[in-house]
Amino acid sequence: MYEILLKQDLVPNIHLFKVGVPDVAKKAQAGQFVVIRIDEKGERIPLTIADWDREEGSITIVFMEVGTTTHRLALLKAGDFITDFIGPLGLPTHIDKFGTVVCVAGGFAVATIMPIARAMREKGNKVISIMGARNKALIFWEDELRSVSDQLIVTTDDGSYARKGLVTEPLKELLEGSDTIDRVIAIGPSIMMKFCAKTTLPFGVKTIVSLNPIMVDGTGMCGCCRVSVGGETKFACVDGADFDGHQVDWDLLFARQRIYLDEEKCSFEKWQSQFGGSS
Amino acid sequence: MAKLNLNREPMPRQDPKLRGKNFNEVALGYSTQQAEAEASRCIQCPKRNCVEGCPVDVDIPDFIKAIRDGDMPEAVRILKGKNSLPGICGRVCPQEIQCESTCSLAKREAPIAIGRLERYVADWERANKKSLNSPIAKPTPTGKRVAVVGSGPASLTAAADLVKLGHSVTLFEALHTAGGVLMYGIPEFRLPKEIVQAEVDFVTSLGVELKLDSVVGKLVTIDELLNNGYGAVFLGTGAGLPMFMDIPGENLNGIYSANEFLTRVNLMKAYRFPEYDTPVKVGKKVAVIGGGNVAMDSARCALRLGAEEVYIVYRRSEAEMPARREEVENAMEEGIQFKLLTNPKQFLGDEQNWVVGMECYQTELGKPDASGRRRPVVKEGSEFVIDVDVVIVALGTTPNPLIASTTQGLETTRRGTVVADEATGKTVKDKVWAGGDIVTGAATVISAMGAGKRAAADIDKYLRG
Ligand SMILES: Cc1cc2nc3c(=O)[nH]c(=O)nc-3n(C[C@H](O)[C@H](O)[C@H](O)COP(=O)(O)OP(=O)(O)OC[C@H]3O[C@@H](n4cnc5c(N)ncnc54)[C@H](O)[C@@H]3O)c2cc1C
Ligand SMILES: Cc1cc2nc3c(=O)[nH]c(=O)nc-3n(C[C@H](O)[C@H](O)[C@H](O)COP(=O)(O)OP(=O)(O)OC[C@H]3O[C@@H](n4cnc5c(N)ncnc54)[C@H](O)[C@@H]3O)c2cc1C
Ligand code: SF4
Ligand code: SF4
Ligand code: FES
Repeated sequence: MYEILLKQDLVPNIHLFKVGVPDVAKKAQAGQFVVIRIDEKGERIPLTIADWDREEGSITIVFMEVGTTTHRLALLKAGDFITDFIGPLGLPTHIDKFGTVVCVAGGFAVATIMPIARAMREKGNKVISIMGARNKALIFWEDELRSVSDQLIVTTDDGSYARKGLVTEPLKELLEGSDTIDRVIAIGPSIMMKFCAKTTLPFGVKTIVSLNPIMVDGTGMCGCCRVSVGGETKFACVDGADFDGHQVDWDLLFARQRIYLDEEKCSFEKWQSQFGGSS
Repeated sequence: MAKLNLNREPMPRQDPKLRGKNFNEVALGYSTQQAEAEASRCIQCPKRNCVEGCPVDVDIPDFIKAIRDGDMPEAVRILKGKNSLPGICGRVCPQEIQCESTCSLAKREAPIAIGRLERYVADWERANKKSLNSPIAKPTPTGKRVAVVGSGPASLTAAADLVKLGHSVTLFEALHTAGGVLMYGIPEFRLPKEIVQAEVDFVTSLGVELKLDSVVGKLVTIDELLNNGYGAVFLGTGAGLPMFMDIPGENLNGIYSANEFLTRVNLMKAYRFPEYDTPVKVGKKVAVIGGGNVAMDSARCALRLGAEEVYIVYRRSEAEMPARREEVENAMEEGIQFKLLTNPKQFLGDEQNWVVGMECYQTELGKPDASGRRRPVVKEGSEFVIDVDVVIVALGTTPNPLIASTTQGLETTRRGTVVADEATGKTVKDKVWAGGDIVTGAATVISAMGAGKRAAADIDKYLRG
């Protein structure tokens, strides 16, 4: 059992938990994730490590409500317990001195890109971050991300805040601009990562994406998370979750993410009818 | 010789029609009367042939005699003296190639049903636990600490033996439940999880500290354990990496590794979805590729989840199937269809990326290969398509490279197994022992237990040095 030390509602459907897991906190590195299971009957789901505090012995996770598990998670409060919290899993993001690194984050991934941007900056890179959200109400951690970036560009799909448009537009401008871009890290919804990779391909800039296929164990034991990268099958939980975005078979990823749509709907409806609906 | 009774007492089992629809145990266990009748058939051979067939040297004639005499506490004592997990072994040991194959009555095709009797004793003990006074005396603490990695049968056995010898033992398990394959792989209808849990509880009751959710290699490395007060490490992490065939279409939706399918069903209890939140796709026509226990278990799970047709697709013939005979028979009785001498060529998908068909070759058997089994040879031009909507690949597993890749100085083979001395389990790395499937590749519960036992003895010797 792992205690939730702190809860913050970042925007209406995205929440932050700080969880007491000293051993995981000791080892966590940027780009790794944890697998959690709320309780005995719950599903195991992966969530990226958004931050850690080795002294306090805590890990921070940020999650968006999408289905049963994440909605149930959102109902927990500081002082509550999560039955299982397993990590740190996956390979850490490759951090090195590349030169100029562009970090692109969509939606909740602003939180997951934070430690990567920070580590890239600490390595001496110039970090330009782009964060995008659907609208103004979904913007969070703008100042935090700015504090670890040399430059920050914010977009909203509907133009209700900052620049109107998708994150790929400023990304393209940066690539066309006078600065050489040495590396791009794009994390967010799969479709956004795909288009970021598409945007950078003509410029030949290495683009790292963090894939999010469905997972069970997160340790290489089931093969549920298989993705195809450069024509080879990889297990995202142990060979990734970071991969070269130009090599990813995106259609396969999208298809495999949809395997359980019917069951997810059934589970969510059952949960809603039992517990009086979503938040 | 006294007149031989060659009528093996049959095992009462759930009716095949009923059991294909539930996850309750198939074999129901002997009644007292049946157990005593079967025990009475044993002729108590002076040359104990049966014992030779048992990898952990259970004193078979002695515990059988105790059953016959109605002295159950004595039967428990004898059995547990050699085998700490009899409730499990009695159910899943491949007795037909072990103890029962060497029983003197095997020649007359009526070996004593040793496994069933073993199960009977274990079940009696579980039911009568309170009436038995705990025979385990508290050992004198040695002050030495041992880290045991994994919690399958190899690790459980090693941990129990080491703690009984006075060492302080910590078990590290990656999953949220202890028990290894016994929990996540072998289904409820063949090995009730309550029995495995009771064995795990017994081990922790001896004082073994159990750390779940602990992925060694990620959370902590072997070298860190050794640098942080553990005097020895035992690796019992099994062979958990699923093999795929690397043929076209293998990543289509609906194609599972047996590990994933069984983990969803057994560990995550998808058979009780949506009460338990982990889903599994069942399909109407399910093909399971492989001929071992894992394939049989997958097929029988699929049937119980409601699949209309379930095929076992195996590239050799029935005689070469590595699965336990009894389970092949159970599967056939339940209506699993066997497509033998058949090997997949590729998987066919629809526009949504769902598997709809499996193109196969027919094969014929050629000369024996390295495993001694006749090698299947593809018949050119024999391709045909089986309609399927779920496929389960049960072609075996190899050790997960996580441990070897994060530990300095472990020697591994080409198959990814860790090299260890057979008699002692010692690896080439100082203070590190290994046993079970991580050393042998996918094998059996009892061989993993035997390895755990031998390693525990050697670790003890080393720690007392
Ligand atoms: C490595 C990794 C890191 C992730 N990090 C984050 C994060 O930091 N914050 C965050 O909000 N989300 C993250 N996700 C996604 C998160 O795991 C899913 O949103 C979550 O599992 C949905 O569960 P649910 O029961 O709420 O929804 P469901 O209704 O069950 O599913 C909604 C959708 O989520 C995906 N999903 C469902 N089950 C799983 C599963 N077991 N594993 C992965 N995806 C699944 C499917 O595509 C599904 O269609 C990450 C995923 C991966 C693989
Ligand atoms: C479906 C199925 C059916 C079977 N049927 C039979 C049968 O009928 N009879 C029979 O005798 N045998 C059977 N077997 C084989 C038998 O179960 C195995 O040979 C036996 O369980 C091996 O024991 P083990 O202790 O070596 O490893 P396992 O039982 O595999 O246990 C290893 C444990 O280590 C954990 N682990 C792995 N990596 C790490 C890590 N890095 N850190 C921490 N923990 C880790 C795993 O999660 C697991 O719990 C079957 C196997 C399967 C899969
Ligand atoms: S442990 Fe297995 S092989 Fe040994 S006697 Fe029992 S059933 Fe037979
Ligand atoms: S060999 Fe068979 S008959 Fe003889 S003692 Fe052993 S179990 Fe009994
Ligand atoms: S999640 Fe099971 S192998 Fe990756």
